Amino acid sequence: MVRIDGRGDGNGLIEVRGLSKTYQRGSEEIHVLQGLNLDVDAGDFVAFMGPSGSGKTTLLNLLGGLDLPSAGNIRVAGDEITRMSARKLTAWRARHVGFVFQMYNLIPVLTAFQNVELPLLLTNLSKAERRRHVETALAVVGLADRMHHYPRQLSGGQEQRVGIARAIVPDPTFLLCDEPTGDLDRKSADEILDLVDRLVGEYSKTVLMVTHDPRAAERARVVLHLEKGVLVDAVTAGRAR
Amino acid sequence: MKYRHLILSNLFRKKIRTGLTAGSFAVALFLFGILAVVDGAFQQGVDVAGADRLVVLNRVSIIQPLPLAYRDRLARIPGVTQVTFANWFGGVYQDERNFFPQFAIDRETYRQMFPEFVIPDDQWQAFLADREGAIVGEALAERFKWKVGDRIPIKGTIFPGTWEFNLRGVYRGQRVQDDTTQFWFRWDYLDERKAFGKGLVGWYTVRVANPDDAVRLVRTIDEQFANSPAETRTDTEKAFAASFVKQMGNIQLLLLSIGSVVFFTLLLVTGNTMAIAVRERTRELAVLKAVGFSDGFVLALVIVEAVVVAAVGGGVGLGLAKLFTLRGDPTGGLLPFFYLTPEAIVTGGTLAMAVGLLAGLLPAVSAMRLRVVDALRRV
Repeated sequence: MVRIDGRGDGNGLIEVRGLSKTYQRGSEEIHVLQGLNLDVDAGDFVAFMGPSGSGKTTLLNLLGGLDLPSAGNIRVAGDEITRMSARKLTAWRARHVGFVFQMYNLIPVLTAFQNVELPLLLTNLSKAERRRHVETALAVVGLADRMHHYPRQLSGGQEQRVGIARAIVPDPTFLLCDEPTGDLDRKSADEILDLVDRLVGEYSKTVLMVTHDPRAAERARVVLHLEKGVLVDAVTAGRAR
Repeated sequence: MKYRHLILSNLFRKKIRTGLTAGSFAVALFLFGILAVVDGAFQQGVDVAGADRLVVLNRVSIIQPLPLAYRDRLARIPGVTQVTFANWFGGVYQDERNFFPQFAIDRETYRQMFPEFVIPDDQWQAFLADREGAIVGEALAERFKWKVGDRIPIKGTIFPGTWEFNLRGVYRGQRVQDDTTQFWFRWDYLDERKAFGKGLVGWYTVRVANPDDAVRLVRTIDEQFANSPAETRTDTEKAFAASFVKQMGNIQLLLLSIGSVVFFTLLLVTGNTMAIAVRERTRELAVLKAVGFSDGFVLALVIVEAVVVAAVGGGVGLGLAKLFTLRGDPTGGLLPFFYLTPEAIVTGGTLAMAVGLLAGLLPAVSAMRLRVVDALRRV
């Protein structure tokens, strides 16, 4: 269940209250997010839409602990992340958040396997355990046979699938996808969206996705519209699951 | 080490750049190695000087002799346990380019005074029995392929005529730094044949019972011969060797200046290279941070990369310098101790790593301070 009125019961996976983000540009204050409320349950698939500059990516950055709000708070699985120190927040991110970027952001000098392995280097898993996890993640995204390929040897869609494998390999609490199909052709975009669908459907992942693409948004259970830093409506969309 | 592939992959990302940077270190450390060898060659006399030995010279200058009669007077001074003397010969073997030091020595006391030079007893006895006998260091013997029994003619430049010697023995040094390029022959042979300056010696070396007493004895010896026709200037052997080196100019300052300029330039070049490398990887470093790598890890990653390049390049440079020195003194005898010491290798290695660390530090700090949201926004 997704709510934007701040009346959630407090049992959701993500609970955002009065979230604001203001940037200072010279003497001018830019209010990117203004008193935003949001409740997301575990297993939800939420898409954020809105015009450029509406605050979608800023919201995603705040939910992922990459940035700190000017006001308000964010609670994820009981952790109040807006009060964490930078060091704690980094550790929290490693444990709870899987990022999927529009430009894939793979490290070009590492193979698909090594890229996916990166988040696991932060854990105490043995080399053999890491290998097993990476192979599983690559198998889930359908790239088990490409694990020793470098990003330059993969298509855009395959690169994004490696990016998704990297995001899911530490089994994070939720996935944050920033325009995951923004740089792909239609066919590849559909394959990526099918994959995200599977992660939500088969693996019960919680996914929050920013997109400009209405066809991508259709896949989500709920589409939230942001305008001038405010969530204006929540539309139940997508396919009934 | 689970981060190995992350470090190595980054280093091999731009092979030419990494190679050139490592090459800069190699060239700089090769130069450092050679400078250290040259410095060591000049300082060798200072380093191996005996702590309990004093050198007594004529106060006027090193080329002015002292009377042989001083030997007994020196031996009678309380605190002096041994006295020996020697004379510079300054001859030429075959060609003026074949420089090596020749000393006319006191056959009775010289060996006891310098136990660091090891000579087999039978060879020493043969030397004592032959008025024209000579002993040479093993490096010198090797240089001219001399063997015991060879007859060696040397043309005198200070003492005219051709002097013939029979090689009776070869000494070796107890330590690697010991000078084994010297040529010794008997002072009594020189004194007998020379046309002038009979009964005079070049300098005395005395051994003191207690090295802590050396300063007092220096004063006592010089007071003993004050107001005589041949006043003395006494120094510890170390100070004597150091003053000898100083006569050639401040070699150490010169070498230090060259080395400093080279390392400072290396620091700038490597720092610039690392800064470019980090700038190119801004987005990747941001991704590392996004997935949970700490600021400290990113700092360490950049520094380790710089230090690895420095260590590899520096290692190659020092290795080449070592190889170069294995071929021996390239000057034909001017630098008898042409040896890259383990201490110099450690110092060079440490310097290379320090430069690598410093060069990586600024880019590493900027990488550490990188804000993920800003970096990901950049294209």
